[in-house]
Amino acid sequence: MSVPRYWRETKYRYRLIGQMCAQCGNAGFPRSGVCSACGSVDLEEVKLAETGHVVTWTVVRNPPAGYMEYAPYLVALVELDDGVRVLSQLVDIEPIKVKTGMRVEAAFRRVKVDGGSGIIEYGYKFRPLIE
Amino acid sequence: MKTVGGVGIVGYGAYIPMNRLRASEVKRVWGGSGTPIEEKSVIAMDEDTITIAVECARYAVRRAGIDPQEIGAVYVGTESKPYAVKPSGTVVAEAIGATPHVMAADYEFACKAGTEAFQTCIGLVSSGMMRYAMAIGADTAQGRPGDALEYTASCGGAAYIFGKKPARTLAEVEGSCSYVTDTPDFWRREHEMYPRHGNRFTGEPAYFKHVIGAAKELMGELGTEAGDYKYAVFHQPNVKFPIKAAQTLGFSMDAIKPGLIVPFVGNTYSGSTPLGLAATLDVADPGDRILAVSYGSGAGSDAFSLTVQDAITNDRRLEPAVSRFVDRKRYIDYSVYSKLRGKIIK
Ligand SMILES: [Zn+2]
Repeated sequence: MSVPRYWRETKYRYRLIGQMCAQCGNAGFPRSGVCSACGSVDLEEVKLAETGHVVTWTVVRNPPAGYMEYAPYLVALVELDDGVRVLSQLVDIEPIKVKTGMRVEAAFRRVKVDGGSGIIEYGYKFRPLIE
Repeated sequence: MKTVGGVGIVGYGAYIPMNRLRASEVKRVWGGSGTPIEEKSVIAMDEDTITIAVECARYAVRRAGIDPQEIGAVYVGTESKPYAVKPSGTVVAEAIGATPHVMAADYEFACKAGTEAFQTCIGLVSSGMMRYAMAIGADTAQGRPGDALEYTASCGGAAYIFGKKPARTLAEVEGSCSYVTDTPDFWRREHEMYPRHGNRFTGEPAYFKHVIGAAKELMGELGTEAGDYKYAVFHQPNVKFPIKAAQTLGFSMDAIKPGLIVPFVGNTYSGSTPLGLAATLDVADPGDRILAVSYGSGAGSDAFSLTVQDAITNDRRLEPAVSRFVDRKRYIDYSVYSKLRGKIIK
């Protein structure tokens, strides 16, 4: 991700802010500029729930460039408590212990690091709920 | 320095990464005679001081139940900033939703950078410059492989939000005291990966002189003595030092036990005293007095005298206790530790 693009997205990635359709009320993440349900472009920002559950998941062993040092890592489809589905890395758990339906919460992590001199990209990942 | 106008802590939050390296594992690789602690916390590949600071800041905001837009300052005290130039405080402020009307900076003073930020925040809210101010102590400390510090240098932090009455405080700050001298007990030069320490300097002329000095000065000013405090927290670079400081000042083991997490977490540097205080607030009752004294090499101590308020009974249950993070762990061996801490050249 370029530095300007990372900067434009920080607020949304740091705080899990998505889009809400002003026409039909459908919420989504990440923001795309178009409602996935009715196609409206009349959208508002909405703070999404930070807790949810795992719908499905997989282990990434051959990651794309820039993510090599984290491999193997988990990627999960998380359904937030407000119903919005988010694709995210799942951290602080071994693959063998992941279960469909398990409770998770948003964590703040490094997502990508541009070498030794570039920008450090931060954002959300999910982890087992700490109660 | 006595505070004015009922300044206190309106929220606090703690975070400790879940990886643990047993001290016996360091000893297995490097030899040595004893182990100063049981185990220490280690960051995951995608964690650093900023991620730790954001985690504990979020817990603090949620526990305080305040609008983050009313936080007028976010200070991160650390000696392990991810960027040499680019403030950590701006990332934290953005992540908790405190931007743009907020002061943000990183504080540096070895292990007392976090409590140094406490002092500033107490001043900012006392003066009425802002409603709330946040101070964080967080570190991902490193020791040179095989060095005595490698057994203990660990990762974690805690965040505190200060406010003034009529804000609902969990603990009121009665007074604070800083005790600082130029002491060459520990340092790290620019571009060096690991710190150096003057072995014989680390005890009496450094830790004990400043910790005892700050504690005595503060208790003298407030007219209190050890018996007036239910609990005490002293900076925890190892297990021996805080116990000896407590004994010297007349505190019992019972007084320091709730906050003494170093055997299972290690020395979280700037996070050490803030985490020990958080663990103590987790068990304290209204009316209890707490003395908290940090220590930072270079050198200095900040001492705080707190009285726990009624709100603690409800609010301490709102977010995870420090013990929850102490118990949440996954053991790693020295080779994984070396990978996580960037000690392997690819
Ligand atoms: Zn729509």
